[in-house]
Amino acid sequence: MNALVPLPVLLPLCVTGLKLAIGTRLMRFQRLFSVAVLAAVLVLSVILMIAADRQGPLSVHLGDFPPPLGITLVADRLAGLMLTVSSAVTLCVLVYSLGQGMADRDEETPLGVFHPAYLILVSGVSCTFLAGDLVNLYVGFEIMLVASFVLLTLGGTGPRVRAGSTYVIVSLFSSVLFLIAIAMTYAATGTANFAQLSQRLAEVPIGVRTLLEAMLLTVFGIKAAVFPLAAWLPDSYPTAPAPVTAVFAGLLTKVGVYCMLRTETLLFPGHRLGDLLMLAALLSMVIGILGAVSQTDLKRLLSFTLISHIGYMIFGVGLASRAGLGGAIVYVAHHITVQTTLFLVAGLIERRGGTTELTRLGGLAKGAPLLAVLFFVPAMNLAGIPPLSGFIGKLGLMRAGVQNGGEWAWLLVAGSAATSLLTLYVMAKVWNLAFWRDAPPGQKGEGSLLESDEDDPDDDETTRPVPAGRVVAATLSGRAVTTTSRLPRTMTAATGAAVALGLVYTVLGGPLTSYADRAAAELLTRGPYIEAVLAP
Amino acid sequence: MTVSFALLVTAAVLVAVGGVLILTRSLSRILLGTVILGNGVNLLILASTGAAGEAPLLYPDVDRQRVTDPLPQAIALTAIVITLATTAFLLAMAYRSHQVNGTDEVADDTEDRLIALRAEVLDRRTELRSQYREDRAERGRSPEERARYRRERRQLRARLRADRAYQARARDASGDMWNDVLGADPDDYRGESG
Repeated sequence: MNALVPLPVLLPLCVTGLKLAIGTRLMRFQRLFSVAVLAAVLVLSVILMIAADRQGPLSVHLGDFPPPLGITLVADRLAGLMLTVSSAVTLCVLVYSLGQGMADRDEETPLGVFHPAYLILVSGVSCTFLAGDLVNLYVGFEIMLVASFVLLTLGGTGPRVRAGSTYVIVSLFSSVLFLIAIAMTYAATGTANFAQLSQRLAEVPIGVRTLLEAMLLTVFGIKAAVFPLAAWLPDSYPTAPAPVTAVFAGLLTKVGVYCMLRTETLLFPGHRLGDLLMLAALLSMVIGILGAVSQTDLKRLLSFTLISHIGYMIFGVGLASRAGLGGAIVYVAHHITVQTTLFLVAGLIERRGGTTELTRLGGLAKGAPLLAVLFFVPAMNLAGIPPLSGFIGKLGLMRAGVQNGGEWAWLLVAGSAATSLLTLYVMAKVWNLAFWRDAPPGQKGEGSLLESDEDDPDDDETTRPVPAGRVVAATLSGRAVTTTSRLPRTMTAATGAAVALGLVYTVLGGPLTSYADRAAAELLTRGPYIEAVLAP
Repeated sequence: MTVSFALLVTAAVLVAVGGVLILTRSLSRILLGTVILGNGVNLLILASTGAAGEAPLLYPDVDRQRVTDPLPQAIALTAIVITLATTAFLLAMAYRSHQVNGTDEVADDTEDRLIALRAEVLDRRTELRSQYREDRAERGRSPEERARYRRERRQLRARLRADRAYQARARDASGDMWNDVLGADPDDYRGESG
């Protein structure tokens, strides 16, 4: 069973090599191959999750070097759950992007670059979830980041390069900070292995330990887009192609949250920075959602809700109780799925309406009822309407906050309640503008949806009536936009699968919360993890 | 553990220089900054080895206690490889930015600009409106006053429009070549529309 642990990292990497060798030949085969590989990773993850739940953490020492020297990969309950959720979501997004590529037949997302980069991204994400030491965590991060740089600047158009540069520079800077933190940890303890660190850090002077904790939290805070460190996110995500934004928003920030969960419980138990984390959580929630309120572009609006909802998870990490960590784990699983789904739907809206600017959209509930349903369910899920999984996660976190009973905890409970109300307001705004109201006069109904800027009457020649059902490929403010009256089936199906995945969490609410609770208990006891790594 | 002072000082200087360079706007300077910063951090990792000992090659006569710890060297090697790759990517991006936008400066985000401008315009409008109301209460409605008020409001609207046009152009690199090369400014458009 232990031999399966490295496979979620290795499989996508090996296939990437093969794909680069094949190049742009055998397109159909390659598409099937990518889907097959990600499906295999999904199955593996489920097996690992179940095995980790039954037998305790599984560990592998690559190259058979003993723990402090070799590369250690560990799959415990938390890692298993994260792997499963992430591979399910990446599979959905891959199918969606295949649908988009086939419908467009365009060069914007070239298969020869997109697929290898995407698989490397999946491999990097798996590597961070499984990493058993700080250095390997860094390597996993970098694999993921380099792939994300390529995906974000795909096509190399002006706005993407601009948006990418902010992202690349901030990521590089946080990587450097991470390296400094690793160097300092190594200088203080003489090891980088998590299990050994958790034993040795207890002997390190409290000041040094707090410094290390603060540095690691800063690094992961940048990755997770916690409020004061989140300014890069709404600038860089919305310009990328829809599937790329979806997978970034869903996964990459949650990798930061996962690392916080891991290091805070394993390396710094009983940590002293809990109040600071709570403050960051409160600010992320409130300021993030206020940012979303002020936006009129759907993709940017969703980016701000992303920042806001990261606050919930940080709240759970800051509480550091069993209930708090359990709530955070449920929320991570829920939010990965829902945020990805919303960005996928935003991609469909852009395709149907020609834009994601809410002031120009309208009448979609009438024109595309299926799309309206696909948006409505995850939107309500994000806002936390019972009985959807967002409600379960928020309820768990609030209950943990009430249990804690401190001033900060109560403040955060109030803050999270206000945030979910504001999220509901934001989602209602989107619903009203894009779906519920009549189409604005600029829109000419089905088929031709490229309207001119109302301030520039000279541009009217771009608005041509087109027979219904025809695919219109044109450029709107420099981006190639394809609008159709009928959405490609594969894309809709993939989005539908993601929506259904979000609903599965509700149906399986009981098993999910009890699993998360067991995972939290395992994180807090630490013993099984250390034992599994150091004395297999 | 003893650490070489010279190594630490060099690392600190390199990190400081790199940090300053990263704070600039031009991508090629940021590139230089990351290279220098990366080297500084690699020195820091090496410093975490402690005092230099013998080469970490385990042939028979070597006293294992006096061998240098090889693990930080392995970490530094990994970090060097990764820094090289990311630097190459950044270089490619700076070149592409120069090719597409005519400059490798990282521009402001247009949506952020728009929100700031909108807030400014709203403030100015409420100010104007209250001023106008006061004037009207004092002296009654005079045509000149009204004309002046309208003119100012028109100018505000023109500013918003101009910025929207700027935004559209910022998205669309294949617009006016001249503006692409020199960097368009909302003031240029204001002249055209007003």
